[in-house]
Amino acid sequence: MTDGRTDPDVVIRVRNLVTRFGPQVLHDGLDLDVRSGEVLGVVGGSGSGKSVLLKAIIGLLRPASGSIKVLGREVERMTDRQLRDIQRQWGVLFQDGALFSSMTVCENIQLPIKEHTDLPQSLIDDITRVKVAMVGLPPDAATKLPAQLSGGMRKRAGLARALALDPSLLFLDEPTAGLDPIGAAAFDALIADLQQSLKLTVFMVTHDLDSLGAICDRIAVLVDKKIVVDTMENLLDYPHPWIREYFHGPRGRAALAAVH
Amino acid sequence: MTAGTSSDTPAWGEAGLTLRQVHGQLTLEAAGDWVIATAPRLDQKIRDLPVAAGQKTVTIDLAGIGRLDTAGAWLLRGLHDRLAGSNLSISYSGVQASHRPLLDQVERVQQGTPVTVTPPSHLAEIAERTGAATINFCREAVAMVGFLGLLVVRLGGVIVRPRRLRWTSVVYHMEATGLNAMPIVGLLSFLIGLVLAYQGADQLRRFGAEVFVVNLVGISTLREMGVLITSIIVAGRSGSAFTAQIGTMKVNQEVDAMYTLGLDPAEILVLPRMLALLITLPLLTFYANVVGLLGGALMSWVELGITFSSFMSQLQSAVAVHHFWAGMIKAPVFAAAIAMVGCYEGLQVTGSAESVGRLTTQSVVVSIFLVIILDAIFSILFSKIGI
Repeated sequence: MTDGRTDPDVVIRVRNLVTRFGPQVLHDGLDLDVRSGEVLGVVGGSGSGKSVLLKAIIGLLRPASGSIKVLGREVERMTDRQLRDIQRQWGVLFQDGALFSSMTVCENIQLPIKEHTDLPQSLIDDITRVKVAMVGLPPDAATKLPAQLSGGMRKRAGLARALALDPSLLFLDEPTAGLDPIGAAAFDALIADLQQSLKLTVFMVTHDLDSLGAICDRIAVLVDKKIVVDTMENLLDYPHPWIREYFHGPRGRAALAAVH
Repeated sequence: MTAGTSSDTPAWGEAGLTLRQVHGQLTLEAAGDWVIATAPRLDQKIRDLPVAAGQKTVTIDLAGIGRLDTAGAWLLRGLHDRLAGSNLSISYSGVQASHRPLLDQVERVQQGTPVTVTPPSHLAEIAERTGAATINFCREAVAMVGFLGLLVVRLGGVIVRPRRLRWTSVVYHMEATGLNAMPIVGLLSFLIGLVLAYQGADQLRRFGAEVFVVNLVGISTLREMGVLITSIIVAGRSGSAFTAQIGTMKVNQEVDAMYTLGLDPAEILVLPRMLALLITLPLLTFYANVVGLLGGALMSWVELGITFSSFMSQLQSAVAVHHFWAGMIKAPVFAAAIAMVGCYEGLQVTGSAESVGRLTTQSVVVSIFLVIILDAIFSILFSKIGI
């Protein structure tokens, strides 16, 4: 194991992570490095702990043991001030958007901007407009409440809020689930664009084989309570039965055919 | 690299915008990190930019820009718009390939789409809200009568075929709304009995009519206080619970699922709650009456020295049995009102979790309001027929 403290290219470093719920062990000695500027796709069967891993990294869930460093700092041992700094630099998109239901889409997007910066209101309005357009929402959606939007639109609005502060690190929990194929493809393109101009690092839990092929630099597969990280090309040759089934099953083949 | 910084604040480079004039050629050099953190200063710089008269062309040089985010890209567009507004023709140089997608993204955004709703004028808003509330109130009233009708029909169906009713559910709700409410209902009724006797004793002693405390406590507890206190507690406790339970099911689409499975939400969710309350509220009222009278008896003994046995005999001679029934007969009516409002509001929940909270509040307010209105109607009826 290389010593990562001196390696500035590693943004997220997970070592020896163990998480368990009661007697059920989800991760057992899991190691993971996410490099700066890469798009990492995390896959795994249902209940293999993909979302739990994400929650542990962003500090929503305390692991049983192990260390998690984000941007060079131990998540569990951060002071409130350090945590705020880190939170400013990451954006999180939850599965169903997790928009604040009592606020309009526009207020949802503006909340982090108002909280963390002191921009003039006119500029905040402009930035909100940009974000709304960026994620492909119609302009009139900005004034609507989350309950008035469809599931796909809520997801886009959630992404707009996650991107509000132009974070350098983006966590996405099944971002394309529930989007139509055109919307999903546009979302992939959007992530690729943003990633280029912002040098974003993206940690993406997904089951969308198309986005895995299209935008992920590396893929992390959660199997047997551990994680296997490699490029798509190399993973195709892995002997592990679950990985084989995943990439060589009927859906995997179709997605691969589309990529090549 | 930026992501790997370990200082307490992200290391944003200094951002700048400088105006240069070389051989009569106007050049704007953008430099540094054009990101949200540097946006306020850049915004100010763009505003303060002196636009020289007599110039025809300007070149914006973006080669010096380090990092660019959407806020920065938007500012660049704003700069473009401002220069174009003073009839300058603009050309760009040094655009980095990695910035281009973001600049294109921002370019596509339509200018001036409103992001906030402008509220109408104050007076118009008040009028509008009053009107909307009035119409809403009338609609609610009509819908609630409709709901009552539906429930009566379903209740009839269950009476014809009692096997259709979810008896487990009825018993469960009887425990939740009746048995579990006994401590609080008992405590409050006991205290009300104490207070009535104490206040009554204080006043009646002046006339030497202490013994009439028994009449006061007996009649007011049996006719009004017992049933009213019980109903208000149950409305706050169980009416709100009904709304929250059914509302949450509505948010999770459980009610929709029930409907598609051919199950009737009114029969499965509403009837058991209604029946449970119809059974438990009269029982709770009876219990509240007994405990209230006990409280009164205790205070009469402490304050006036009326023994328990003389309290009982005075009660028997002074309070006719119809006073007891006048109170008890209200209980099932109040129970029906509370259950109906609680379930109705629960079924009105739409989409968001926020509406669960709003309708739960509304459910408590409406059911307490209805209980007191019905109580007033009962009083008028009783006085007309001379009870």
